[in-house]
Amino acid sequence: MISLSDIPSRSTVRHWVPIAVLALALAFAPWWLPTVGLYQYLGIEITIWMIFALGFNLLFGYAGLHSFGHGAYLGIGAYAFGLFQQQVAVSLWGGLAAAIFAAGLAGAVVGAFISHRRGIYYALLTIAFGQVFWFTSMKLHGITGGEDGLLGIPRPPLTFFGLEFSLRDNLALFYLSAFCLLATVLILWRLVHSPFGRVLQALRQNETRARFAGYEVWRFKWAAFVISAMFAGLAGGLFSMAQQSAYPDVMSLHQSGLIVMMVLVGGGLVSFWGPVFGVILYFVTRDVLGGITETWLLWFGLMFMAMVILRPEGLAGMFHLAWNRLRGARAVSTPLTSEPDLAGRKT
Amino acid sequence: MAFFAARNMHKRFGSRVVLEDISLAFEKGQVSGIMGPNGAGKTTCFHVLTGLHKPDRGTIELEGVSIAGLPPQRIARLGVSRSFQIMNLFDDSVVIENVMLALPEFRARRLDFLGGVFERGELVDAAMNVLEQVGLTHRAWERATSLSYGERRALEIGVALAAQPKILFLDEPTSGLGTEATRGLATLIGRLRERYTIVMIEHDMRFLFGLADKISVIHWGQVIAEGTPAELQANKWVRRSALGEAAGA
Repeated sequence: MISLSDIPSRSTVRHWVPIAVLALALAFAPWWLPTVGLYQYLGIEITIWMIFALGFNLLFGYAGLHSFGHGAYLGIGAYAFGLFQQQVAVSLWGGLAAAIFAAGLAGAVVGAFISHRRGIYYALLTIAFGQVFWFTSMKLHGITGGEDGLLGIPRPPLTFFGLEFSLRDNLALFYLSAFCLLATVLILWRLVHSPFGRVLQALRQNETRARFAGYEVWRFKWAAFVISAMFAGLAGGLFSMAQQSAYPDVMSLHQSGLIVMMVLVGGGLVSFWGPVFGVILYFVTRDVLGGITETWLLWFGLMFMAMVILRPEGLAGMFHLAWNRLRGARAVSTPLTSEPDLAGRKT
Repeated sequence: MAFFAARNMHKRFGSRVVLEDISLAFEKGQVSGIMGPNGAGKTTCFHVLTGLHKPDRGTIELEGVSIAGLPPQRIARLGVSRSFQIMNLFDDSVVIENVMLALPEFRARRLDFLGGVFERGELVDAAMNVLEQVGLTHRAWERATSLSYGERRALEIGVALAAQPKILFLDEPTSGLGTEATRGLATLIGRLRERYTIVMIEHDMRFLFGLADKISVIHWGQVIAEGTPAELQANKWVRRSALGEAAGA
């Protein structure tokens, strides 16, 4: 199987191509979305989930840390944005900053507890903390509105150097989400190719070697969790604007499972762009297949299973290999070198 | 005062005593060897010296500074570097990145969230310099998994060297190597001894006796003999054991 580290970024020039393609696709989405039978609000949903998925993949794909409770931070961002609008001030930037800060703070606390763990213990703790947040949102009626959640969250206007733009229209909100998505892509792209990002990938491969190279592994795991939670918070803030509400279901185990599924199917384990493909596939399947049958999620689930069994590298990996074949290049996939059994000689 | 010294080091796992009052001293600029039969406690000794396991009691000092019980990352930052018996590399990464990650210059930039890595000429040059020492410059941009077994052993040493260590621990560097690769490794270590203090565990007695200035023999978790290769070859305990025969004593 190919991996995230297959192609070292010795040149950044050609990597701007997919970013430019994404930017163009977003810029012209209001024109081409209706043409292919889709609608404007879908664009908002997709961009928000792409932000969530890309941030999640920093943890999942790059650092190799399996969080199955990440929906909690999406929800915390959504609640923080709503509470800021309702309790503090109607402000877009204030609300988004509150969403990012609250999710980051929650991530920092949870990360401090779980970053010394790995494997199944790490995964189980993320689920447990996710459930704690979900349960808290259900029971803190006075703050979160209980099962009903926060309703009537306003969409504050976008103010920029004295100019004010209304975001009541879905088209305007889409462009805000698209802008946030592009900013997310640029930041995360730099991050995963920075020394910090390379250390994350190293500890995914071999924590012991990373420690013996002098790295405080748990701090990197903690930082990855916090950064990932902050992007989830940003997505949550935009989500609560789009829905004009925040409710416990946003942070449910179901949402946490969805993001894992999207990232895996898309190929987040092998490509930066995997989460983007996964989100598109999920929402297009939901809308296209959902128009044909109510049991679309069953078919999506089956597709997920088939993908994991047959093509664990996901859509991005398939595209990568197909592209290599098209160019006639030898596939980069290299079998693992087998080591002789030395266990018996270990003293 | 020895450059690196462990005194009365003791380690047990449950009821099993693995190291019992072991004392070792390694002098600067020397190649020191540790030998002993399977299960003698050699690798556990390395694990304790380099921080993977905490000693139950005893002292470990590097240049007079206590490092006993410190986590491996702190010991590594103090200048102790090691290779492993069972290879420990970043397998999905290219060869040069394996080395680069261990460079102190890279570690100093570990919290650089936005800068590049391969675009930085000084990092690439420093990593290439290390790869040249271990003869792997021609494989720099290939994945670590694509290397031959002997090359992976050399890369392990390269990763350890990249940290610019004060002392280098090599755990059975010839393990799994053929005659030719072992000869190549002996040449490499022969070159490295001019610049580094080296301690190695080794089963290949000819290899060890040919390189080491001083050898400690561990058996049943204790140091049973110590000395130069010539002294050990004259030692009646070592001569009686299979170890001495293997060394051509």
